[in-house]
Amino acid sequence: MGAEFVALSLTPILIGVCVAVACALPGNFLLLRSQALIGDAISHVVLPGIVVAFLLTGTVTTGPMLLGAAGAAVLAVVAIEAIRRLGRIESGAAMGVVFTAMFAAGVLLLERSDTSSVHLDVEHALYGNLESLIWLDATGWASLMDASALAGLPVELPRMALALLVVGAFIALFWRPLALSTFDEGFARGLGLRTGPLGLALVVVSAIAAVAAFDAVGSIIVIAMFICPPAAARMMTNRLGHQVAWSMLFAALAAIIGYVLAGYGPLWIGASASVSAAGMIATVSGVILAVAAMAGPHRTRGS
Amino acid sequence: MNVQNIHLVTDEAIEKAEAERTASPLAVRNLTVSYGQTPAIFFVDLTVRAGAMTAIVGPNGAGKSTLLKAALDVIKPLAGTVTVFGAPLAEMRDRIAYVPQRASVDWDFPTRVIDVVLMGMYRQLGLLGRVRSKHRAAAMDALDRVGMTDFATRQIGQLSGGQQQRVFLARALAQDADVYVLDEPFAGVDAATERAIIGVLKDLRDTGRTVLAVHHDLATVPDYFDDVVLLNTQIVAAGPVADVFTEDNLQAAYGGRLTTARVDPESVAG
Amino acid sequence: MLGDALLLQLGYNATLVTLGAALLGITAGVAGTFLFLRKRALVSDAISHATLPGVGLAFVLMVALGGDGRWLPGLLLGAAVSAAIGLLCVQGLTRATRLGEDAAIGAVLSVFFGFGIVILTVVQTMTAGQQAGLEGFLLGSTAGMLRGDAVLLAVSAAAVLALVLILRRPLELAAFDPGYAEATGWSLGRIDLAMMGIVLVVTVVGLKVVGLILIVALLIVPAVTARFWTDRAGHVVIIAGAVGGISGYIGAAISAVAPALPTGPIVVLVGFLLFLVSLLFSPGRGVLASLLMHRRYQRRVHMRQGLLALAQGQPIFEALTRRLMHRAGLILPDGVATQSGQAAASKALLDETRWALVRADSSFAVAATRYDGLTPIEDVLTPDQLRDVDGRISAPKAV
Repeated sequence: MGAEFVALSLTPILIGVCVAVACALPGNFLLLRSQALIGDAISHVVLPGIVVAFLLTGTVTTGPMLLGAAGAAVLAVVAIEAIRRLGRIESGAAMGVVFTAMFAAGVLLLERSDTSSVHLDVEHALYGNLESLIWLDATGWASLMDASALAGLPVELPRMALALLVVGAFIALFWRPLALSTFDEGFARGLGLRTGPLGLALVVVSAIAAVAAFDAVGSIIVIAMFICPPAAARMMTNRLGHQVAWSMLFAALAAIIGYVLAGYGPLWIGASASVSAAGMIATVSGVILAVAAMAGPHRTRGS
Repeated sequence: MNVQNIHLVTDEAIEKAEAERTASPLAVRNLTVSYGQTPAIFFVDLTVRAGAMTAIVGPNGAGKSTLLKAALDVIKPLAGTVTVFGAPLAEMRDRIAYVPQRASVDWDFPTRVIDVVLMGMYRQLGLLGRVRSKHRAAAMDALDRVGMTDFATRQIGQLSGGQQQRVFLARALAQDADVYVLDEPFAGVDAATERAIIGVLKDLRDTGRTVLAVHHDLATVPDYFDDVVLLNTQIVAAGPVADVFTEDNLQAAYGGRLTTARVDPESVAG
Repeated sequence: MLGDALLLQLGYNATLVTLGAALLGITAGVAGTFLFLRKRALVSDAISHATLPGVGLAFVLMVALGGDGRWLPGLLLGAAVSAAIGLLCVQGLTRATRLGEDAAIGAVLSVFFGFGIVILTVVQTMTAGQQAGLEGFLLGSTAGMLRGDAVLLAVSAAAVLALVLILRRPLELAAFDPGYAEATGWSLGRIDLAMMGIVLVVTVVGLKVVGLILIVALLIVPAVTARFWTDRAGHVVIIAGAVGGISGYIGAAISAVAPALPTGPIVVLVGFLLFLVSLLFSPGRGVLASLLMHRRYQRRVHMRQGLLALAQGQPIFEALTRRLMHRAGLILPDGVATQSGQAAASKALLDETRWALVRADSSFAVAATRYDGLTPIEDVLTPDQLRDVDGRISAPKAV
């Protein structure tokens, strides 16, 4: 496990872990607020956000992409609320209307524009290409200390690490208001906490994680990361802090095991190429959830 | 303004009302809240008396909870202003402790009893303040006053209704406020819990704090409370129990449909 | 070209596809309405994403058995089986654990989809050229549809529609009046299962047309659109069916003249356009109508408050109230009442006093329910009743 590992597998695994943890962190609160499907909505709407950013700027650099995605998330939330209030429509249906329309618009825009130069196409958008985020400039473990080799790191790695940092900082900083407003919103508002903007901020932070993950794992797999590790974690403990810790562990495990199975699994059974790492990561997170659902100590209500 | 009595109001009366408002722990003027096009409360004026226990009573759907929530800006009123000791609500939040209805809480949330009480100390702790032993001691002290110290590490969803209500009260006590606003504190609790809660509330009143509670049981109003507010979308009557808690006012508030609760003239005239 | 497509002049195949899409739209609109009314809209998203592993595995199986992996009926059967398993997982998770239905839906949706992607990539390595057909199931692709497949689509859509019509009674009962349904002995659980079964069939039939990612739109958007036009559940079903059929028809026609683009997004956007128009302009619930109603209501409330304050000689505190009353000529800029202002104020006070008496008197119980702070009492009581009430008002007294 030497030079080849560092060049071909280290960076995808690290990116995968960052994606998984960055999504699992806000996912804990989305789950507890019964907003798990906002993750579904977010992961569909980041696509048009990114495409619009590309059409306006001609590039897919981090700044415009993030702004595009955040803008799309805010637009989606506003639209969903409007539909809910005006039509007195339940939130699931309202979400379904908004995110399918936005996703459809994103796909059509994508198909109609020339994005061949920036690896932005529908397949990518759906399930990314984690396996391709390799570190060609690496010659072995020593390259970690080599500045010129480090310059050749795939840009997705620092980007995802930064997103993880932002998400982690938000969760750490606003831990108390998030816990308070999720448990008892009336009481939180009575304390003067602005629960509306806080909820919106949580959604925006989730969108940031989703868009940073976009390049690596596409949009749909992100949902698995928002939901499965936190859901499995909830069934392991009755304490919020412990739940978040478990979710981070499960997320990292899913990323590592998923990538290894996708990359090396086929080799082990005699096939040639690898299978989708993103898909395998999602699958593994589902297996972890299934195990927790059958054996987790706190898997039923009131336990 | 409340229109139960048609007076031509003099300037002195206005000034007196204003002075009372400035001194009052919670004063509400012209509060109107509607859900869509349906009115919940209309043109409500209320000046809560300091150092007293005030009950808000009225029929179902009369807007009692709405009044509390609008007064504390938990929901946005269509019109109206709120002052706390004469200053805007936003500046005086640390003087108020709010205990919402139990029904609105997520009981599946992963948190223990002690953590819930510590939530009440958010103002003292802030975003990032560490929970030190003095905070834990204050929280355990609050739990002690409601008789729940043995349950400190229990998961909140495992408690009975009465135990949950006590924990909520402990959370409010931990805030060490001057005004305690409670929404149906006695709904669905056992007799022992009710005794414990009213004991704590009376202690608060005796130490000079103000208590305002939406109450659902007319029979216990004279026993528990000093002042009462009769609400049915508008204020029907408000003032000391002895003066206001009369058969006529109750009939007016309950639209002549009052058949179950009997007001004993003896206990009211006091 | 588009005109030809809309008038079904583009050839037998295209006509079949367009008609099939229209039928599918009607069926999805109707079935989706029941789903929507039972508040289970996004379960269909889980069902649709759960079809992917089945499609992939069916392909692999058929190839392994020596056949053409792209045989549509086989693929659709595989889709149906894995979707059913997904649905069972959603129900299992919701019933056996503390997780909510939303978490269960999201988990099944993403995990099954992820697993399906894994299989898809396996298929890609197996037979490089064949996979293009399978990816068409993600976003829909009616372009280059074989004649046999088009016939299958049209016939299946018609069959599902017939099924929905046959099961109309229990479905309506469960959706419109679940309490009554249970009271008359229907098993809501069974009806829900049947509804999910229909949704599953609609999803499978719609895979080729709009793809699994967007089929949820076909089910939900027409129902939500219809909701903006009517409050009556029966009408929602009819309007949803019509809207769904129209979007299917137009969307498929447009797609026929743009074969390079996936069909799904086009159909979805046509449907969304219809929804948008409803959202903005529908008279009862639309954005425009609601804004106007709210503004008008707020104005009436403030005016009323201002008049009552005037009548009792109290100062008016809120700026909006003062502005409105000044504009209506009821007060001068400094807050003093004008002639018409005083008259209006007295009238408002009289109205309020009469209402207070009525609400305190049990013999007026019915009239009292009409009180909303704004309705004048003359609209509610007869002249005789009014005289009776007026007789009881005590004369004003100074404090």
